[in-house]
Amino acid sequence: MRVNGVAHPPPQDPRRLLSDHLRHDLGLTGTHVGCEHGVCGCCTVLLDGAAVRSCLMLAVQAEGHEVTTVEGLARDDGPLHAVQQAFHECHGLQCGFCTPGFVMSVVGLLAQHPNPTAQEIEEGIAGNLCRCTGYASIRRAVARAAELSAQ
Amino acid sequence: MTTRWFGAPVQRVEDDRLLRGHGRFTDDIDGGALECCFVRSPYAHARITSIDVAAAREVRGVVAVYTAADLPFGGVDLPLLIPHPNLTHGRTQRCLASEVVRYAGEAVAFVVAESRYVAEDAAELVHVEYEALPVVITPEAAARAENLVHDDVPGNVAAEMLQEVGDVAAALAVAPHRKTLHFRYERGAASPMEGRAVWARWSEAERKLTVYDSTQSPTSIRGGLAVLFGLPESSVEVIAPDVGGGFGPKIMLFYPDELLVPFAAMQLGRPVKWTEDRQEHFTAVNQERGQVHEVEVGFDDEGRVLALGDDFIHDGGAYTPYGIILPIITAAQVPGPYRIPSYRVRFRDVYTNATPTSPYRGAGRPHACFVMERTLDAIAAELSLDRVEVRRRNLIQPDQFPYDVGVAWQDGNTVVYDSGNYPELLDRALEKLGPRPPGDHVGMGLAIYVEGTGVGPYEGAHVQVLVSGKVIAATGIPSQGQAHATVWAQVVADELGVDVKDVEVTSGDTRRFSWGVGTFASRGAVTAGNAMHIAARMVATKAKHIAADHLEANADDLELVDGRVRVKGSPDRGIPLGAVAVLSNPVRYAFGGGTEAATQFAGKPRPGPPLQDGEQPGLEATGYYSPPGSTWASGCHAAYVRVDPKTFRLEILKYVVVHDCGRVINPLVLQGQIEGGVAQGIGGAFYERLAYDADGQLRNASFMEFLIPYATEIPPIEIDHIETPSPLNPLGVKGAGEAGVIPVGAVIASAIDEALGIPITEMPLSPLRLFELTR
Repeated sequence: MRVNGVAHPPPQDPRRLLSDHLRHDLGLTGTHVGCEHGVCGCCTVLLDGAAVRSCLMLAVQAEGHEVTTVEGLARDDGPLHAVQQAFHECHGLQCGFCTPGFVMSVVGLLAQHPNPTAQEIEEGIAGNLCRCTGYASIRRAVARAAELSAQ
Repeated sequence: MTTRWFGAPVQRVEDDRLLRGHGRFTDDIDGGALECCFVRSPYAHARITSIDVAAAREVRGVVAVYTAADLPFGGVDLPLLIPHPNLTHGRTQRCLASEVVRYAGEAVAFVVAESRYVAEDAAELVHVEYEALPVVITPEAAARAENLVHDDVPGNVAAEMLQEVGDVAAALAVAPHRKTLHFRYERGAASPMEGRAVWARWSEAERKLTVYDSTQSPTSIRGGLAVLFGLPESSVEVIAPDVGGGFGPKIMLFYPDELLVPFAAMQLGRPVKWTEDRQEHFTAVNQERGQVHEVEVGFDDEGRVLALGDDFIHDGGAYTPYGIILPIITAAQVPGPYRIPSYRVRFRDVYTNATPTSPYRGAGRPHACFVMERTLDAIAAELSLDRVEVRRRNLIQPDQFPYDVGVAWQDGNTVVYDSGNYPELLDRALEKLGPRPPGDHVGMGLAIYVEGTGVGPYEGAHVQVLVSGKVIAATGIPSQGQAHATVWAQVVADELGVDVKDVEVTSGDTRRFSWGVGTFASRGAVTAGNAMHIAARMVATKAKHIAADHLEANADDLELVDGRVRVKGSPDRGIPLGAVAVLSNPVRYAFGGGTEAATQFAGKPRPGPPLQDGEQPGLEATGYYSPPGSTWASGCHAAYVRVDPKTFRLEILKYVVVHDCGRVINPLVLQGQIEGGVAQGIGGAFYERLAYDADGQLRNASFMEFLIPYATEIPPIEIDHIETPSPLNPLGVKGAGEAGVIPVGAVIASAIDEALGIPITEMPLSPLRLFELTR
């Protein structure tokens, strides 16, 4: 599988979840695990460009696919990705634990809907739980991310 | 001063690493750590007849399996954090149970292995035999005491407390109207998105224990571990790194893992890590909110409350590790923003066979607010008066502060409100709420609340100007998303006249600041915020004193602006703060420049020794703030809701908040706290109910069934503020962390009550429950 553009061998343990593989074998700890049963969305990554739950996949199922994690959105020494920048400007995060999952979901959403309506924003983030913000600032961040992406 | 940071909507300085996926949460720390899994009791109440770990120990990759018998502290009861004279029958659990388990989820054995996968495999092979015992699961059943949770606790009563202000019996006897009311609040759960986690390493060479803990109180964890393991505190480091939400239950002192992980690391000579999974979080982490209230209220023809008696049962759970803080807070907060001439409150804190309770955001207050607000609604209904008018007639007036409620507060003092303007909150909320939307089954809800915030005993802060001119600051209390690194930087930057980006704050790391209490009870801004202010002011004073010699000016004539100490009115006569830091240390720095100014061969050396009496090297200071009493924040929430009469789906048409937490440090951060709090309140009011069955099994221990709201359930929240500064602290601030949650249950209940025309006396609700109540 390729992760953030780099080829990696599959894990030795066929039971290994993709989320655990990313975090503990590849050291990409930006992908978080909040519930391990596919509800919270903290572990969201892009699989061939579409947002998926990495806790609901075995790592071996990602063989032959391109995985993008939050670490793959912006160079460490470069500016933030538009979605990351928008979350910062709109105070779209507090503890930051759900944030990578939201960011990846929103990247996936904007790929489908570059100019999302309020309804599309609502539905686009309705697969991710946040316990800190109450979502208002995240809604604002998605709208702002669409603006920044268009620039 | 050119810029004032305090009060400005400064964007957060901690965002960048979190957004890039470079945050550092406890489970992100590896270091070759062994991983662990608990064996937990499936029974809510049972006698353990045998534990067999032989098969588990045989599993390839298992390093150790611990039961109580394997622990030097296996027979020690865990600490009772806050003893109280009325807590006559306090009980705490042991690290691992070996005789009786008293809630489903209580830890029995602990497996350490090369990986979590192996540890879970082995945990399944630990064979524990149980003999089931009768289960006590509701507060009412606990009070009936047909069965006992602890053999030696008669009546299941851990504590009983009675307080009375005025003469309730006499006032009720002559009151024109009397009403008895019954209210019930069930358990909910804080459910931070990150569960709990602990990582520990023992260095034999340094004889040093390092612990990373997803805790709200690293300083207290450090103190406890030092005592337990017989180490000086200086040999124990506890760090709360990035913490993925707390909301109360991440401060407990101690969860079993907080002892077992460091113990295993010391025994095994390797780093050890335990990360909770979501299912165990539901039963292993403390919960809250279960209470049953019997109210008797007397009032006059105008709806003025003359006397209020409240007798309530608090569901304490299986143990009382946190003492009786929760029912004490409830008892203190029932009167809220209202004048109650005679008030009597009695509570019994009872044991049940459920997870222990400790504060969850709101901590005893949502129930208190619910009881008072529903009582006022009942008075309005009885007298056919407007609910708003009844509240207006009972509110404490702005000229009545300080206002002494006369009952006990959690800090040991009595409740005295320091400042506020409650009628203004109500007026503004109604104005913002506007006219009622058209349509059927629409209801209006309203609640006003107060919140005791900023409890002591104290917090401290260390502030230092580096020779680079940058500033570092540290405090003991950790952040779980409250933007400490930003708001403390604002406070410090103002005192030192520097840019907020030049202040780097560390919080929750005992290596940087080893004294403190914790992040809880909406206390951070008041306690640590003022400590930062005090420490930064001490540094500013020191900087002026040092620069005065150098600038040949009087310290009183100096000011700190734009990173320089300069003479007021002569901005060109100044010296950079970094150079003052050099001067503060009478040796030369090899790097960083400025040595020519600090050398003893400089133009005008001071007479006398380089460090004179009372002077200390370094441009730094440590300051502490200890509040004389709590600061009392307040607010009014109002909403319009629509309830579908067939599906009982709840639609919140409009939700407004008017909030007063004194002076606001950062309105952006405050808005986030309020919005998030209201969302958590809406979850707790209509979606999140911990469903225990009669056997004490939690039937909805997953996010599939315990329904935390998604964005689709949370409406936009309209927020307005008033500022009545607290007279109790230098910054004039009050806490804001819990405010959003407190009145939501009362607001939603009041609105649904009106929308459907049925009396709502319980929380939480759900579509199913509304269906049942309308049948």
